[in-house]
Amino acid sequence: MLRVFLLLTVAFIPSVASGADGDINAADTTWLLVSAALVMLMVPGLALFYGGMVRRKNVLSTLMHSFIILCIVSVLWVLWGYSLSFGPDFWMIIGSLKWFGLRGIVSEAAPAAPTVPHLVFVMFQGMFAAITPALITGAFAERIKFSAVVVFSVLWVTLVYAPVAHWVWGGGWIGEKVGALDFAGGTVVHINSAIAALVAAIVVGRRKGYLEEPIVPHNLTMTFLGASLLWFGWFGFNAGSALSAGHLAALAFTTTNTAAASGALGWTFIEWILKRRPTALGAVSGAVAGLVAITPAAGYVSALSSILIGLLAGVLCFLGVSLKPRLGYDDSLDVLGIHGVGGTWGALATGLFASTAVNPAGANGMFFGNPSLFLKQLIGVVATIIFCFVLSLLIFKVIDWTIGLRVSEEDEIKGLDLSQHGEEGYSL
Amino acid sequence: MKMVTAVIKHYKLDEVRKALTDVGVQGMTVVEVKGFGRQKGHLEVYRGVEYEVRFLPKVKIEVAVPDEKVEEVLQVIMDSARTGEIGDGKIFVYDLEEVVRIRTGERGHQAI
Repeated sequence: MLRVFLLLTVAFIPSVASGADGDINAADTTWLLVSAALVMLMVPGLALFYGGMVRRKNVLSTLMHSFIILCIVSVLWVLWGYSLSFGPDFWMIIGSLKWFGLRGIVSEAAPAAPTVPHLVFVMFQGMFAAITPALITGAFAERIKFSAVVVFSVLWVTLVYAPVAHWVWGGGWIGEKVGALDFAGGTVVHINSAIAALVAAIVVGRRKGYLEEPIVPHNLTMTFLGASLLWFGWFGFNAGSALSAGHLAALAFTTTNTAAASGALGWTFIEWILKRRPTALGAVSGAVAGLVAITPAAGYVSALSSILIGLLAGVLCFLGVSLKPRLGYDDSLDVLGIHGVGGTWGALATGLFASTAVNPAGANGMFFGNPSLFLKQLIGVVATIIFCFVLSLLIFKVIDWTIGLRVSEEDEIKGLDLSQHGEEGYSL
Repeated sequence: MKMVTAVIKHYKLDEVRKALTDVGVQGMTVVEVKGFGRQKGHLEVYRGVEYEVRFLPKVKIEVAVPDEKVEEVLQVIMDSARTGEIGDGKIFVYDLEEVVRIRTGERGHQAI
């Protein structure tokens, strides 16, 4: 038995010695390795960002949601996630399981990134797959069963993330047939997670006491640190998506930083004007909104365009989250308000501001004489929204009918830290 | 002996402490508390949404005083903690049955 297992294991180990790697570029490889590590850091960054916004009795559970998803998806990605997303194409819908367990991925270059080893691309993309479901946890924080989060992350990455990633980047119909541009994941990561978050908020229901008593953040310094780590990690997310260390990475780095700053300024000033005070939570939320919006556009637009994209993202997302109490559902940490609004704005803004003057491999947007790109972007957005809504609804309903999504009222009042994990974040 | 308890504004704490030590008070206990009175709560804004926070943070001080000094202590606290605005706080006075200094075992006035 042990021998069979060992043989299997050996069969799955990528052979480092064989194969030619003549086209591998050391600079590109280094940058993509660093970028993958930067994106990994976004997950604990997100955990802190969210963790500070919940009440103190739920801080550990909120941190755990993102962390356990990083662990689950890291393993799942190696087993079947990468193969489904980027494996040999079936009808432009899904990848095959040919690369299950990363079998056969040896020392050749990555098909999508011909100057880096295939495994580097696998790991870089794996981090994207990990942060996307982690983003969704903001919608059901403070009332979800831990077991439900575990099951959800496995099902959602397999049934929703992998197909959409395939459609946009893996040789599927949105990227290949429609020709929509998504530089670093505006649809795949942000719109996708926001729609699943909306579904989750509706199916799980509101937190007890929502809109009746103040449910306010317990530690905004933690949120501030988390947002700053997100900004830092986002350089890997966007500039890494150039898949090379050159002009394109430099452009994406520039637009990313500029849009983050502009988003923070946009939110801060609109809040200052409409609500009389510029808040710290507003400033960091605006930065995240700017980062979300520039994600699909990062390698296709100029620095000047990224100022507008960021500023408007800050303003639009501020208005989006201000509307929430009137909409009835309880998306606890505003996944829809920030990633949905910002992601949609960014995907459409790519259709407006994209310019072949800054990236010849991209396309021109509406403002540069090509209105058809805007339509293509719209098709990508709508398709993602519909597919993600239906599949996510199915997943959350099935979990609700089987193991249950929500903790008991008593456990919710006690807090998820004690009821789900048997520990407390702070003791005195 | 009396226990004088006052709920005051945070930023008045130092002034009150100084004024009390100036009239010979040798010890006090301070606790951070939350509550409401006529001042009610205040508004906080998180991501554009306003929340009415009903319990305001205040500081509660406790001072044990001999009967003959109670009026003077009350006056000193009033003078030093007052701003004239709503929300200056309140003073409560209780009878104090016994005081014991743990190190020496002294009791009553001796122990204050």
